[in-house]
This record gives sequence, structure tokens and C-alpha cells, in this order.
Amino acid sequence: MNVYSNSRKTAGRPQVAVFQFVAATVCLWLLSGFWQLQVQSPDIYAARAERNRIKSLPLLAPRGKIMDRDGRILVDNRPTFKVLLSRAAMREEILPLIAEGLHIPYEQLLAQLRRLRTSNTPEYQAVILKENLAPGDIAFVESHRAEFPELELIRSQKRLYPADGSASHVVGYVGEISDTELEQLEFALYEPGAEVGKAGIEREYNDVLSGSDGRRVVVVDGLGREREVRGNVEAKPGRSIRLTIDLDLQVVSELAMEGKTGAVVALDPRNGDILALVSRPNYLPNKFVGGISVDDWRELVNDPRKPLLNRPIQAQLAPGSIFKPIVALAANRASAVEKDFSVVCTGGATFYGRYFRCHKPDGHGRVTLHEALVQSCDVYFYALGNRLGIDPIAETAMLAGLGEPTGIDLPHEEDGSVPSKQWKLRFFREKWYAGETISVAIGQGALTTTPLQIASAIGGLAMGGEWRQPHLVPHDEMQLIRDGYQPPAPRRAELDPAAVRKIVRGLWGVVNEAGTGVRARIPGYDVCGKTGTAQVVSRQYALDHADEQSSKDNAWFVGFAPCEAPEIVVVALHEHGEHGPIAAPIVRDVIKAYFDKQQRTRWTQRKNTSASDQRASNFSTPPPTVWRDGP
Amino acid sequence: MIRHYSARDFDWVLLGITMAITVLGLLEIYSATRNTPWREAYVRQIVWIGLGLILLWVFSAVDYNILIRHALAFYAIAVALLLVIMFFGQVIGGARRWLPLPGGTTLQVSEFVKVVLVLLMARFFSDLHPERVSVKNLLKIAGLFAVPMFLVARQPDLSTALSFSPILFMGVFVAGLRWKYVLVLVLAGALLVPLAWQYLQPYQKERLITFMDPERDPRGSGYQPIQSKIAVGAGGIWGSGFSRGSQTQLRFLPVPHTDFIFSAYAEETGFVGVTLVLALYLAMLMKIAGNAQTSADSAGMYICMGVGALVLFHLLVNVGMVIGRMPVTGLPLPLMSYGGSNLLATFMLLGLVNNVRLRRFTN
Repeated sequence: MNVYSNSRKTAGRPQVAVFQFVAATVCLWLLSGFWQLQVQSPDIYAARAERNRIKSLPLLAPRGKIMDRDGRILVDNRPTFKVLLSRAAMREEILPLIAEGLHIPYEQLLAQLRRLRTSNTPEYQAVILKENLAPGDIAFVESHRAEFPELELIRSQKRLYPADGSASHVVGYVGEISDTELEQLEFALYEPGAEVGKAGIEREYNDVLSGSDGRRVVVVDGLGREREVRGNVEAKPGRSIRLTIDLDLQVVSELAMEGKTGAVVALDPRNGDILALVSRPNYLPNKFVGGISVDDWRELVNDPRKPLLNRPIQAQLAPGSIFKPIVALAANRASAVEKDFSVVCTGGATFYGRYFRCHKPDGHGRVTLHEALVQSCDVYFYALGNRLGIDPIAETAMLAGLGEPTGIDLPHEEDGSVPSKQWKLRFFREKWYAGETISVAIGQGALTTTPLQIASAIGGLAMGGEWRQPHLVPHDEMQLIRDGYQPPAPRRAELDPAAVRKIVRGLWGVVNEAGTGVRARIPGYDVCGKTGTAQVVSRQYALDHADEQSSKDNAWFVGFAPCEAPEIVVVALHEHGEHGPIAAPIVRDVIKAYFDKQQRTRWTQRKNTSASDQRASNFSTPPPTVWRDGP
Repeated sequence: MIRHYSARDFDWVLLGITMAITVLGLLEIYSATRNTPWREAYVRQIVWIGLGLILLWVFSAVDYNILIRHALAFYAIAVALLLVIMFFGQVIGGARRWLPLPGGTTLQVSEFVKVVLVLLMARFFSDLHPERVSVKNLLKIAGLFAVPMFLVARQPDLSTALSFSPILFMGVFVAGLRWKYVLVLVLAGALLVPLAWQYLQPYQKERLITFMDPERDPRGSGYQPIQSKIAVGAGGIWGSGFSRGSQTQLRFLPVPHTDFIFSAYAEETGFVGVTLVLALYLAMLMKIAGNAQTSADSAGMYICMGVGALVLFHLLVNVGMVIGRMPVTGLPLPLMSYGGSNLLATFMLLGLVNNVRLRRFTN
């Protein structure tokens, strides 16, 4: 019947049994694979599946604004777009296309991704590809949504600083957090790519200004599209900070320093409020926002005039003659000389075998303390220093706050140096030579100070021996920012009021009695001051290199007003300005601006409070009492 | 010669297993494609299952001896169709393997070639006297297999072409081969591997390399095996629940309704569901082997063993791929994967097994 089959019974063929055995083995082998994946280690795979689908996008908190004492905005925010790349679902082959579309160098993009891979950043964390998108970049991302679901546009707030770099050394700038910062406790909660304050107020009060970023957790599918929102933590904007800076005085100070190298500090000695703080040359903080370009950075760092140096707190220079009031105070405190101590200046004097010049070659004749201050006679102070010795000078200088940081709320403040016997032993392991005291007595030698220290020291002296810590954030604002904040207690010293009065009179004479600081005079106001001309190189070197700007003397001026009850003290440093008197007009401009503003405020207040009052409209502020009690 | 057979002789258990697997596959197709452009796939699959049941009945009813008698004719038709496709076939996804049919559907001819080759193998080996394979015979049958394999490989569809070989292998194995020959064959195969490597498509080489180390290129050729393993592992013991697997539903799994349907199924039903289906496949294979043993003649036995070899090979390669123990190939999982041609061919093959069972008492 069956042509194509033989009649042999096939049952019991061993091959069939072998097949059954093989089939069972295969099924068990496959099942063991599932056992391994699903029973032994499902958590690993569940976690990986979770990582696949959960994407976490940052909601960036806008930083707080920075305002001046009247609430005028110094640092603001502006809306910008940035583009994020989610790496979890990234296809390598799109990278060249994205780099081209967004105008990013391809190698730079690859390097960025490589860096993230080596760090421990989880893959679902999106990375910032480019910030400050140009309209063309935004259009590129928008129009290629379907092709590149890996890309995401994020709207965020960017820092906006004054375009001309005004107050740049006060407010500082922001930048991407560095690797070393990431390891610090202060930045424990930050992630790579975060923007943090790098300098100035931005750095000092970064925790207050930065607020806390929010986070949007979304479920995405294998094509990178959002399916649902899992969690939404709103961003908490940073707190705004009001500074002690008075924008009017700041602008006047900056105008006065236009084109110069140096610093201006304006301080209210009654409470330590810093009204203006200028460092020149400055930089443009806007260039730092979203990452400074390599070229810009190189330019800043290689600039011989050091624009990044915050001169008011970091320039440690010999103060020159503006140190003389401190020496005069030291002489009184140590009772080193009789009250009517006087010296005959013949244009120089010899101490310990060396001839020390006075700045006036003809000499000043016989001078008392008053004339010595007014004319800035060096010989008088040489003699005074010689009588005093170094340690009493150092003691009073340190009492006034020199030689140590003032404690201003800015990062990286320098301390300067106040030489003493102990100081020399400690740093040079050498004995102090009495001849060295002579230079220090006129603010030269090993003595170095920062402009801020001088402002604070002279301000406290003018206050009759009360030094308040300089600060940029007012006390009432600090109490809102920091729980339990207490303003630091002032440092007080029992000074002889008559001696202080005598020194202040001398300083009044500097400005008002044809002294070295007449250019700081403001008719109708009591302005006291002191010039300083500080050598930066040896006299011989200066003569040999007279044409070089860098060998010219530094010009200093410190002024305060009103003399009896000072409200403002201003220090100006004009580096290589050659003569101290050159710095005087800078200080005058700032003090004048201060009083002009005071007048204007009084006037508008009076006008506003009682417009109907006939007499009130008759502007009749009593003229300021001018100190006529000269020597 | 169609005789009347009682319903009792029909292999209801095999049909039951078949339908159980098919329905589980259908449910998973529905679940995996709910949110995708293929969301209508399950409807088409139902139509294919209906057609498949008809074909199963037809292939049970017509005496397999008649079918075997015309095996060479079927073979000629199959080769002719493959040639036609070679020149006029429809290109989908870069491969020319589909025969367009009126109504917009396409048939993958190579799937039906399997049925023809099973019949051809059964005819060839049951014809042999004595039932020992000589070298000459071996070369003859190998040559017959080589023609469609070559044509399919040219499409290019290497994995389907290779999936024909278990039929031949099973025939030789059941017929019995001298150890000498086995040794020669193994050596020849080993020598052919480096030679064959030269002729592989670049993507095929890539797949084999990433099979060894999928994490080498997790976004490229390693993507599928990695995502599949994640899906399986994430399912855990009890699974994430019907249509609730994140890998499947959020489309991290590629083609979750065709080649990787078992990943989707494993994610959503867990180890429990996997055990069930593997048990069903094993039961099916045991049933097929049982029918081979009770076959009235050696031709019937060869048919059953050929079908068993095909099902086991597909199961091994597809499910092995899902758990990363096999390289990524385009072989579907019989009865579960979406796709008409494979489903119809599988139902035809299972119809043949039933055919053999129905006629086990002849003579």
C-alpha cells in the first residue's frame, strides 16, 4: 500500500529518545537562564529598567539680585536658553550632526562626554551642551525635535552684570563649579555643571544668593519622548541681597579712577559700612557668565596690570606718608616725646650712618607735629620714629587694624605686614636694626597695607579710637540673612582726646592750610586728609629708570569729613601716580558727592513732608560748621 | 485517498498545547503593541490563526503519503517561487524575501519552504534501502537542501536559511550515520567557519561580536540584547503584570511583538509565566516525538522528527537570544511571534504531525 514507506515498525528507535532528552535539556538550559535573570538578580535589572525610563531634569533656581543700599539693582538676571543632552538614550551617530547644528567643535563635545563618563555622574542626568543659545540655535533644536529627542531646551535665568564692569570687584562673578570646589563641604549639594559664585559677593554669599534648584522627574520612552511627569520639585529662587554700597558714590569713584590703576575705598567709620569700593583696571563679569572663553581668560591673567586683583583688599603696598598720623599717635601713646617736640628740617638727616632725605630738598625749617603733618615733613618723623623705636609703632599700627585682615565680607583678603622686632625674628630669623625704624616711620620699609586697612585705620583714629569692622552687607540685612547674627563689637582704645584732636587738626591743615592736600579742599566743608607718596623701588633704581611707568611712586590720599564727627572716610590709591597730591582730587570728588547727596536728600524730604509750609520751601540748611580753630 | 477518521484519533492534546501557546502569544502581541503604530497587529494575528487552523485541518486530512509522493514537485515549485522572488520580490527592510499577494499582504516564501523540505527529507530517507546513509546519498540530499538554502541566504536571510539545516540534520541523525562520517562532517564544519566569516554581512559580524560582549556597543548592536536582558530581569518572579512592563510599554525593547516577543512576555509574566510557556513547548516537543514513535511507517516518523527539529531549533535560537545566550538573529518564536507566514507554516507542520498520528494504525 505505502509505496514510500517500509513496513518496519519504528517504535522504540533510540534516536527519538535522544531527541526527547535533548529537547528537555534545551528547555531546562533556557529556563536556567531565566532563573538567573529573574530570580537570582532581578533587582539589578529592575534598577536598570528604572534608569532607562526615569529622566531627571533640573529646574534651575534664579540667583538672588544684588542691590545697592538704596535698593538700586547692581546685578540682575535675564532669561536665556540652554540645551541639554540626555545621555541615557543617546545614539552616538547623532553627535556630529548636533555639533554641527549647534556650532560646537565636535572634539570639544566628545571630550565633554568622555569627562562625564569618567566621573560618577549617573547616565540619566542630562548634561548642558551649550548655554546662551543664539536664536539660530534655538531654531535648530525646535525644528529637529523629532530627529533628536535627546535634546531638550531649558529656559533659565542668567546673571546680568553692569555692562561697563561697574562694581565688578565688589559683586564678583559666577562660573561653573570646579572639581576642587565639588569636594568641599560647602558645595556638597552641588552637581557638576552647576553655576556658583566665584569671586566677590557672589562667592561670599553664594549660599544665600543661589537658592535651591528644583527637579522635574519624568518618565520617558525608548524614543526619548516624555510620557508622564513623576515628580516636580519647584525651584526656590535665591534671596536678594542689599549692600552697603552707594551706587552714586561708587559711580563717582569709578569716574575719578577712569584710566588709572589703583583703588578707592569709601567707608562710613561710624558703622563700618563700605559706601564705595573700586579697583582699577577692572574686568567685565558678564564675560564669565556661562563660562569665560579661553582667550578672554588668558587676556585677563596675562595682563600685567592684573585686572583680577581686588586692589582695595589685596594690594599690599607701602602706605608712605599716610602712615604718619599713626606714628604721631604712637608717639603720644608711648609718651616718647615732649608735647612741643620740634625738629629742624634741612632737607634730610643722618641716622646710624645713613643719610635719609626729606621730600623737600631745601628743608622745612623748624617744624612741630602740626607743620610736619601739613607739609608732610619726613625729617620730623624720622626723628620721631628714632625716639620711639619700632615696637611702639607696630603696637599702635596693629591697634588700628593694620597687619591683619579687616574681616570684610569678601573672599581672599590680604593682611599686609607690620614690622616689629618679633616680626623680623619670626620671618627672617634676624635682629631688628634701629636704622630700619627710620623708613617705617614714614610708611616705607617692610610696612605694607591694603587700601581698606588704611581707610579703616584712619577712620577709627578720626572716631577717637573706635574701629568698626568694614562690611558690604548692612547689619539689618545680615540679621535677615543669618539667624542669630550679631554685629561684631567695635575695637576700642583709650586714646588721649587732646592728642587725637591735635592730629586731626594737622590733617585739617593738610587740606585747608596750603598743605600737600589742598586739592582735596571742598569750600564750605571740613575735609581732613593726608597725602602719601610711596616709593615702589629704590631711589637709585627710580633715577636710572625714570621713564618707566612701573618705577614711579604710588600716590595715596586718605581723607575724611566732617573732621570732628566723621561720616565718611575715603582712601584713594593711584599706582605709579608719582605724587601723593595727585590722589587728592579723587577723594575730594567722592566726599563731595557724599555731601551733595545728603543735601539733595534733605531737600527733597523737606519738600515732600510739608509742601504747604512756606518756610520749609525756603531752603535754609544751617551752613556746616567749619573748623576755624587752626593752630 | 481521504478516509474517514474518528475525532478520537485526532491529537487534541497537541492542538490544545498549540492553542495555549498561540493565545498567550496573541495576548502579548496585544499588550506590547497597544501604544505603538502596530496596535492593529493582534487583529491580523487572529485572522492568521483562523487561516492556520484551516491549514492545520487540511494538512491533517490529506494523507501524508500522498503529500510525500509529490514532494519533488512541491520542491520544484518552492525553488521556482524563490527564483521568482529573487527577481520580482518585494523589498522590506533591505531584504527581498516577500511575495506580494493580492490584498496588500505579503508571504515570506522561505517559511513555507520548511514544510516542503520536511516532506522532501521524509521521502528521501524513508526511500533508502538499507536505511544507512552512504556518502553518495548524503551528497544528494545535501545538494537538494543547498539550492533553497543558497537562494534564501541570497535574499539575504542567513538565519532562515540556516534554520533549514536542522531538518536535514535530523534526517541524517534518525537514519543513522557511521561515526566516520560524523567526524568528517564535524571537521568540515569547523573548517568552514572561518571561510563563512568572510561571506558574512558586516551587520552579521557585528551581531556575532556583540553577542560575545554586548556592553561593547550598548547604543548600537549591543542595544537589543542588553534591553532584552533588562526586560527579562526586571520581570522578576511574578512579572510586572499584563501590559505593565516598562521596558515593553515604553518601547525600550525593539520589535516587542515579533522577534523579541518572549522578552516582553517574560517581563510582564515573570519567571512563572516563562516556566509555563517553556513547559508547554516541552510538552509539545514530547508530544511530537511521541507521535514519531507511534508512526505507522518511517516516513511518518521522519515527518514528526523534522517538525520537532524545526520547533526545537527555533525555540533554542529565539529564546536563547532573549536571555543573551544566543546571538541576535531574525528567527521568530513559532506560534508566539507576530507574523503570518511563520504562523501558517507552523500550523501546517503541526497539521502534518497530526496527519501521522491519525494514520498510525494503518497497515
